[in-house]
Amino acid sequence: MVLALIIALPFFGVILPLMAERLGRSACAVAAGLAPLAALVLLLSQQGTVFAGDMIRARVQWLPEIGLNLSLRLDGLGFLFALLILGIGLLVILYARYYLAKQEPMGRFFAFLLLFMGAMLGVVLSENLLLMVMFWELTSLSSFLLIGFWSSRTDARKGSRMALAITGGGGLSLLAGVLLLGHIAGSYELSQVLAAGYAIRAHALYPVVLILVLLGVFTKSAQFPFHFWLPHAMAAPTPVSAYLHSATMVKAGVFLLARLYPALAGTDLWFYIVSLTGLATMLIGACMALFQHDLKGLLAYSTISHLGLITLLFGLNTELGAVAAIFHIINHATFKASLFMAAGIIDHETGSRDMRRINGMWKYMPHTAMLAMVAALAMAGVPLLNGFLSKEMFFSETLNQHMLGSFDWAIPAIATLAGGFSVAYSLRFIHDVFFNGEPINLPKYPPHEPPRYMKVPVEILVFLCLLVGIVPAYTVAPLLAAAASASLGGELPQYSLAIWHGLNLPLLMSFAATAGGVLVYAFRQPLFRWYAGLPAMDAKLAFDQCMVTLVDFCRLITRRLETGSLQHYLALLLASALVVVTLALGPLPQMRGSVELSPIDGITALGLGIMALAGLITVIFHRQRLVSLLMLSVVGLMVALAFARYSAPDLALTQLSVEVVTIVLLMLALFFLPAQTRMESSSMRTLRDFILAIGCGVMVAMLAFAVLTRPYETISGFFLANSVSGGGGHNVVNVILVDFRGFDTMGEITVLAIAGVGIYAMLDGLRLIQPHADAEGRSWARDRHPLILATLSRVLLPMALLISVFIFLRGHNLPGGGFIAGLVTSVALILQYVASGVQWTQSRLPLNYHRMAGAGVLIAGLTGVGSWLFERPFLTSAFGHFEIPFIGEIELATAMIFDLGVYLTVVGATLLILANLGKLTQEKPGQEVL
Amino acid sequence: MEALFAAVLGILTASGVYLLLRARTFPVVMGLTLISYAVNLFLFAMGRLQTGVASVISENGKYGDPLPQALVLTAIVIGFAMTAFVVVLALRSVGETDTDHVDGQETKP
Repeated sequence: MVLALIIALPFFGVILPLMAERLGRSACAVAAGLAPLAALVLLLSQQGTVFAGDMIRARVQWLPEIGLNLSLRLDGLGFLFALLILGIGLLVILYARYYLAKQEPMGRFFAFLLLFMGAMLGVVLSENLLLMVMFWELTSLSSFLLIGFWSSRTDARKGSRMALAITGGGGLSLLAGVLLLGHIAGSYELSQVLAAGYAIRAHALYPVVLILVLLGVFTKSAQFPFHFWLPHAMAAPTPVSAYLHSATMVKAGVFLLARLYPALAGTDLWFYIVSLTGLATMLIGACMALFQHDLKGLLAYSTISHLGLITLLFGLNTELGAVAAIFHIINHATFKASLFMAAGIIDHETGSRDMRRINGMWKYMPHTAMLAMVAALAMAGVPLLNGFLSKEMFFSETLNQHMLGSFDWAIPAIATLAGGFSVAYSLRFIHDVFFNGEPINLPKYPPHEPPRYMKVPVEILVFLCLLVGIVPAYTVAPLLAAAASASLGGELPQYSLAIWHGLNLPLLMSFAATAGGVLVYAFRQPLFRWYAGLPAMDAKLAFDQCMVTLVDFCRLITRRLETGSLQHYLALLLASALVVVTLALGPLPQMRGSVELSPIDGITALGLGIMALAGLITVIFHRQRLVSLLMLSVVGLMVALAFARYSAPDLALTQLSVEVVTIVLLMLALFFLPAQTRMESSSMRTLRDFILAIGCGVMVAMLAFAVLTRPYETISGFFLANSVSGGGGHNVVNVILVDFRGFDTMGEITVLAIAGVGIYAMLDGLRLIQPHADAEGRSWARDRHPLILATLSRVLLPMALLISVFIFLRGHNLPGGGFIAGLVTSVALILQYVASGVQWTQSRLPLNYHRMAGAGVLIAGLTGVGSWLFERPFLTSAFGHFEIPFIGEIELATAMIFDLGVYLTVVGATLLILANLGKLTQEKPGQEVL
Repeated sequence: MEALFAAVLGILTASGVYLLLRARTFPVVMGLTLISYAVNLFLFAMGRLQTGVASVISENGKYGDPLPQALVLTAIVIGFAMTAFVVVLALRSVGETDTDHVDGQETKP
């Protein structure tokens, strides 16, 4: 509970600074600090348990099926990182209060910062690895927002995008690695993964897991060759750099090395990849740092170098190495965060970050200079400061590895070299900025000390550097012991935090590094000139080039696929469907199944032949649209007959009535469209379409044949058995529609009603040119409403309505029902429109079809709701038999009311469509299509 | 009979697909209608081709499969709604763009 609260507090706290923004900057900062402060108090309350070596766990099941649980753990390592995150976070909030200008949206800044803080706490306190990856990606996202905080600046936008691409991409790789890790260990819970270390290292997939996880680590912790995003992330406001890019986020990578140390470390592969990457990063970072003229650039490359050092220590595969690495994590966080803050103060007061212009600051801001100098000396590893202690441990560990054979000396040698550069750039930070003559052409002159409280965070951190450096045993020792033993997962090796270990080789290496560093700094001018002569080495260019290539590639694919031609899309769609069906049919040993074929009878064969022929003629004459349409109607009628032939009278009736309505509709539409289709497809396209059509036809035929000749099991037995007893009807098809699957039908009539309304909306305000003659130039018949048709149709109407009532009533027990009755009614009404015109019909039959369709859906829905009144599930039907005088016994079911809804919807929607289409060009009374 | 039935389904589908790929709206609508015929018959045939069986509960014990029939019945009605919608969409497209090309503009020469 406490653990969940520690993580949740910053997330909840996001809202506070946003709300307090109007109350002023100090109020905003205080509001932002409340949640981390509370979380810090909670964390410290657990100190006793953690330092005693116990682990606190909390677990809530989330998605146990995939092994994702909300399980958290707090051990020494998590405690150390949570302390850094919350402690430095609070200092950064105080610092940012003075750093941000008045007009900048401070509430938003703190909201982002708290978001990041919560995500980071989630990473270090997660017990479940999947959960950790989720928080890991959240840190990438929130750091994107923070780096790009000054979104009007190009470098901020580009820098944040680059950081997101690289750390986010690494996160994906980490996810893959963690999935494999969970697969091998059988669980995503960290305790079980760490316990399965031996099995993991022995597993065949171990190299894959290791590389995937390390990709995540190296991208996040800016290791070579992924280091280049960090200097570009310096476009962020300096509080962000101090917080994310020195103390916390970039440490997430090395945190993971410490966390998974018992599971992954200890192999040769681990040594070679991790230590050599760390070594290269350390050296490159240290060299590059010296050549930066930008204050923050120097610190960024220095951070890269120190992260390389920590990585190298983990890679050495010694327990002492891991202890030294964790110690250096603490020390680096304190001195680097204070240095970034000092750099921010200088930037803030001078308006520049260029060390060639900022000189002699000692005179203008002695207090800040003092603080920055102490921190820089800690960075250089000068005795009595914390950097010295971990650096000594580092040097002695580099001497304790024997993996490179006759090149064993290389690691300590390179470490000393990097140490020398580290001294050199630290000297430069001190000498170039605070001494070295007078400032040159500063935007803000003369600079002066910053506001009092802006220096407080720096003072606290520098004080800690001194405290740890002078009395390590009384300050950092228990914290380090707790963290290191949690990381190593067992007993700690012997180590001493004393300042004086006697005159030994590590101390000599320190001397050599210091002397070398001073020497390098003394000869810096020729070195700078040499560096300026080098071709610009910026990984950003390569990265940008990669991005451009990638975007071009995607654009090419998009351009090929998205041509804007519907025909093209459709062809692609059909071709893919063909491929999929072919792949699925492929494994079938033979097309024909075991069921015996039924004998061919002449009449049916003739009917099917007519159907096929009519279908073909529809295509062959498709340029003559009317001919084609007539042939289409032949197909439809033959389909109705086929339903009747194969014992489906309901379908035959439905198909027949729908066919009539469809053809009337298409006729109406054809009136407004060209009567003929021009030849315009190229030969290639015709060929392509021909092949696709034949392919689809063959595939459907094969599929149908394969299914038809195989035995099958149906679930219809249930419907047949329960139709009379449960649904009270003998017509099983109708009972399925209105009872068993009534909810589906409800959805269906809703769609129908929506289609009707949609069509009404599309026709609203549409004006089309009304042709005065047909395709051959003959003008339309002047007699719009032939007398015979009009007279006959009027006689037909009552009969048709009577029939539809009949069909409706018998529907539950004999072929018929709401759908069919509705269609018959529609046909009868449409006939009136055709024969006598819209005006005539509507003045005599003032029906509102919108309301009718709506009422239908409503009635059907209310019938369903009605069953709730009797405490039955939605759409449960009831039925009973009633004796009606003269007619006899009749069965009435609530399903019939539902069917009435279906009926009304069908009539309403159909007429909504056709009647509106009919009066489309009715510009003045009497001029109408129907 | 099954082979013939399957072949006819194939012909209807092929005709429908060819029309579906035309450049003008009206043939496309007709192609769509042809394909709905084929699909409805196909779905119906999932209950197998049964001759002379009862469709309502009666003394005679043999019935056709009512489930595909119920499905196809609604499919026919919905198919009509869809055809109507597409037709009116085509008309609206002519009204807005003065062409019955499916892309809403004549192909460039």
